Amino acid sequence: MEPDANLVEMMVNMGPQHPSTHGVFRMVLKVDGERIVDVEPHIGYLHRGSEKLSESETYSQVVTLFDRLDYVSNLNNELVFCMAVEKLMSIDVPERAQYMRIILCELNRIASHLLFYGTYGLDAGAITPIMYSFRERERIQNLFESVTGARMMHNFIRIGGLKEEVPVDFTRRVKDLIGQLSTAIDECDTLLSQNEIFLSRTKGVGVISAQAALEIGMTGPPLRASGVVEDVRATDPYQLYDRFDFGIPVGTNGDAWDRYYVPLEEMRQSILIIEQALEQVEAGPVVAQLRRITRPPKGVVFAHAENPRGDLGVYLVSDGTDKPYRVKVRPPSFCNLQALKPLLSNAYLADAVIILGSLDIILGEVDR
Amino acid sequence: MLGNLKGMVMTFITSLRTPVTAQYPDVRMPVEERRMGFPMLLWDDNIVEPYCTGCMVCVRECPTKCMSATMTDNPKHAEGTSHRRKIIDVFEINIGRCILCGICVDVCNFDAIEMSYETELSTRTRNGRRMDLGELLERGYNWQAQSGWIPASQRVQNSEEQE
Repeated sequence: MEPDANLVEMMVNMGPQHPSTHGVFRMVLKVDGERIVDVEPHIGYLHRGSEKLSESETYSQVVTLFDRLDYVSNLNNELVFCMAVEKLMSIDVPERAQYMRIILCELNRIASHLLFYGTYGLDAGAITPIMYSFRERERIQNLFESVTGARMMHNFIRIGGLKEEVPVDFTRRVKDLIGQLSTAIDECDTLLSQNEIFLSRTKGVGVISAQAALEIGMTGPPLRASGVVEDVRATDPYQLYDRFDFGIPVGTNGDAWDRYYVPLEEMRQSILIIEQALEQVEAGPVVAQLRRITRPPKGVVFAHAENPRGDLGVYLVSDGTDKPYRVKVRPPSFCNLQALKPLLSNAYLADAVIILGSLDIILGEVDR
Repeated sequence: MLGNLKGMVMTFITSLRTPVTAQYPDVRMPVEERRMGFPMLLWDDNIVEPYCTGCMVCVRECPTKCMSATMTDNPKHAEGTSHRRKIIDVFEINIGRCILCGICVDVCNFDAIEMSYETELSTRTRNGRRMDLGELLERGYNWQAQSGWIPASQRVQNSEEQE
């Protein structure tokens, strides 16, 4: 945007070092009084070249790069890349490994949504919610630490299964944890969802219709908030998701409050999935018999999965060597961010943070 | 209005709970058994030499290329006291580059490298995060004494004996 002296509008710069842009994201807002006329997002401050770097790493090393795409839902990212490679090599992953992947990924989804809940409260000016959500997220991370050895960058889901068998007390710990989490989610719900101030800040703010959301290419909770029933776990089941009975929460108005409430409801569904998975899982190997060096045949593959933020896709081209020829990531945050312009135009300047926060972007994924 | 009241009741109930936080670094939370900290090299007490033979597998597989290793002929093998033909001569890990992924531990054929519980990165010197062989082995030695670690090859035997 070029500054124009003849305009009555004013340019307001926001970011890249702004606490409510959730990372290093900059937007230049053109405002007319209190109304936003236009917005220009600037991305790329967190660009690390993950896609290009993947081409110079072996397949097992690329998993570590995928950890760092969406850095609050690491296991889900690892899963998608491993699924792509497994599809290319037609590996049959042992059922136990798939169940464990689902349990861990759903826990990570809850952790990720809890982070969203907390930060969204902060965006709306409520300081308390983040204390609640981080207390619970900490429990999940402690469990991850006992299983994977790391709190965030796990590198636990490997091509063909898992890195190692889960600890002996895993089932007991997960059962305890989901008991605590379901009370905690109810607490979080009571604390913020029906708060008058929060409602008046979010209800009817940043409305996007289902048609517009689909045209932009939004996925995940922001799309479902507009009333579209679209969830990769149900519409194109991967791993063993077709064996579970769970609901897909959708919103009705497509406003900021719906985009806040859909993830909250999704956490409850995740708990249902974990409970079912814990019942169904049986003993067995957790990794498929593979050659030491992963060398998929020549070919092209696309795998996608439902991440906390939407539909993460990996397009993988292999030239038959031990390194990928090309890795293209379809990041859900990036596609959801496209809704920023239609959402912000004609909105109040004070609502800019609320609307941006409701899209739940993670800049590590937007910039890759 | 009811929503506000419910929220306030919630905060009141929460205020009666015991705190879950600890004042780091005075109080430290217990770490899990599998916690992955910085890598370290292990010491074979039976033969009095490191397990590492300098085979370079970890160096090749490291995603961030944070290690370097050189191997040399093992004098103890010539004497007949060790089964290792080659032994590590120079080993260096730049901890500042390490991403704690644990790949080096997985690929090692000799149980020579393990992840410690150490994760504190800051030092006072510019090169304080470049660990040489001596420092890595010292950390490994202390960790082995602390955790009662036994090599993976012996672990399998032990579990079979138990059965």
